[in-house]
Amino acid sequence: MASKYANLTFKGYRRANGRVGVRNHVIILPVDDISNAACEAVGNNIKGTMALPHAYGRLQFGADLDLHFRTMIGTGANPNVAACIVIGIEPGWTKRIVDGIAETGKPVAGFSIEQNGDLKTIMDASRKAKEFVHYATELQREECSISELWVSTKCGESDTTTGLGSCPTVGNMYDKLIPEGIYGVFGETSEITGAEHICKARALNPEVGERWYRMWKAYQDEVIEANKVDDLSESQPTKGNIEGGLTTIEEKALGNLEKIGRTSRYIDILEPAEQPKSGAGLYFMDSSSAAAECVTLMAAGGYVVHTFPTGQGNVVGNPIVPVIKISANPRTVRTMSEHVDVDVSGILRREMTIDQAGDALIDMIVRTANGRNTAAEALGHREFVMTKLYRSA
Amino acid sequence: MSIPHFLVHSPKDNVGVVVVEGLRAGTEMLGVITETDTTLKLTAQHDIPIGHKVALKVLGAGDTVIKYGEDIGRMVGAAGEGEHVHVHNLKTKRW
Repeated sequence: MASKYANLTFKGYRRANGRVGVRNHVIILPVDDISNAACEAVGNNIKGTMALPHAYGRLQFGADLDLHFRTMIGTGANPNVAACIVIGIEPGWTKRIVDGIAETGKPVAGFSIEQNGDLKTIMDASRKAKEFVHYATELQREECSISELWVSTKCGESDTTTGLGSCPTVGNMYDKLIPEGIYGVFGETSEITGAEHICKARALNPEVGERWYRMWKAYQDEVIEANKVDDLSESQPTKGNIEGGLTTIEEKALGNLEKIGRTSRYIDILEPAEQPKSGAGLYFMDSSSAAAECVTLMAAGGYVVHTFPTGQGNVVGNPIVPVIKISANPRTVRTMSEHVDVDVSGILRREMTIDQAGDALIDMIVRTANGRNTAAEALGHREFVMTKLYRSA
Repeated sequence: MSIPHFLVHSPKDNVGVVVVEGLRAGTEMLGVITETDTTLKLTAQHDIPIGHKVALKVLGAGDTVIKYGEDIGRMVGAAGEGEHVHVHNLKTKRW
């Protein structure tokens, strides 16, 4: 018998490459920090567009530069983006990003500032952005199967209620929707520390688990051991975590892993901002545990809806991906109600089961995919934060 | 069932999580082990904030604290049954 989730549908925007978006943004993407001003000017000129300023893109090299391009191209390529303007200081790197986004078949155009100046660049880019707005606003949503949805997760400002309520809610959602063919992803490499033996065992098979463990161990050796001054007690758990009752990194990691549910196994490991290539299922993305960085990387990986459990009340959003906040902490739900999309505090009162909470989240995912703005969208949270691996040249 | 004062993930755990606000010392608490849906009673010995842990049994320095059925660290101070367990008496074994 088919599950009651098999026939779920949502109304999305089908793109030229077959992927489905749940938003229809026209974005103005700076290649580098010094092109932010021109991008923001175009964003101000042409209503219905959005500039995505960020801090990097100059003198990066090696794996760090690869990640920069992967994040830029992945952001433009995300199905929530209808069309994209790219502006850089010079034409070479600008074209590389334009060409990468163009592979999706969506409208994209690049502009470079050298030998033009900001003002001419802004005028040319604004004319093209206006064309793109006319194009995007004529696109229509169409009915799509739930299996075409890509849903990411990462939690923030966790406390003990996250492990009791909001993370198991996300896990229950994955237990129900991964079998229906959705793509899922979790990450936060540093925050698995303390539960690495459990995470390794949740791989599809020992080979994937071993690759996961090597990735995690490399992070421990190359980042934590190389840079720590005493221990991570000031950062893991965070001050907010401790206020919320979390004492050790093990306790935090065990709660965090509740997000992958009981039955799902991850099928592959993704580099930061890498798009999955092994078919439908759950993935692990090597990523920072800082909320805005992690959501930005998952959006660049092609995920179109994000589920974000929070205990103490992280308020993060993303410019192109709706971020759904789930909280089980009754104090947070009361004092920060404007940030919470799904209130699962009934789990703590034993008035709501995890199964019911999972269904409530699935309902909110479908409504969000259909167009309902999340709390973070309504409040204007557009945190777009590039991950930087090391100091620039 | 009445609303519980604290929840416990696993029957193996020796700590629970306070899930009500403003819990006062002396409160006769109702707890639920979520994995087995069984209840237990415990008297709070401290005012314990929501989300913070309560010892389900006497824990001495050096004892391993179990939550989710897993090792989450070592006691660096003592806690009696019903007392507050947090950064003042529990630390990771990792660092």
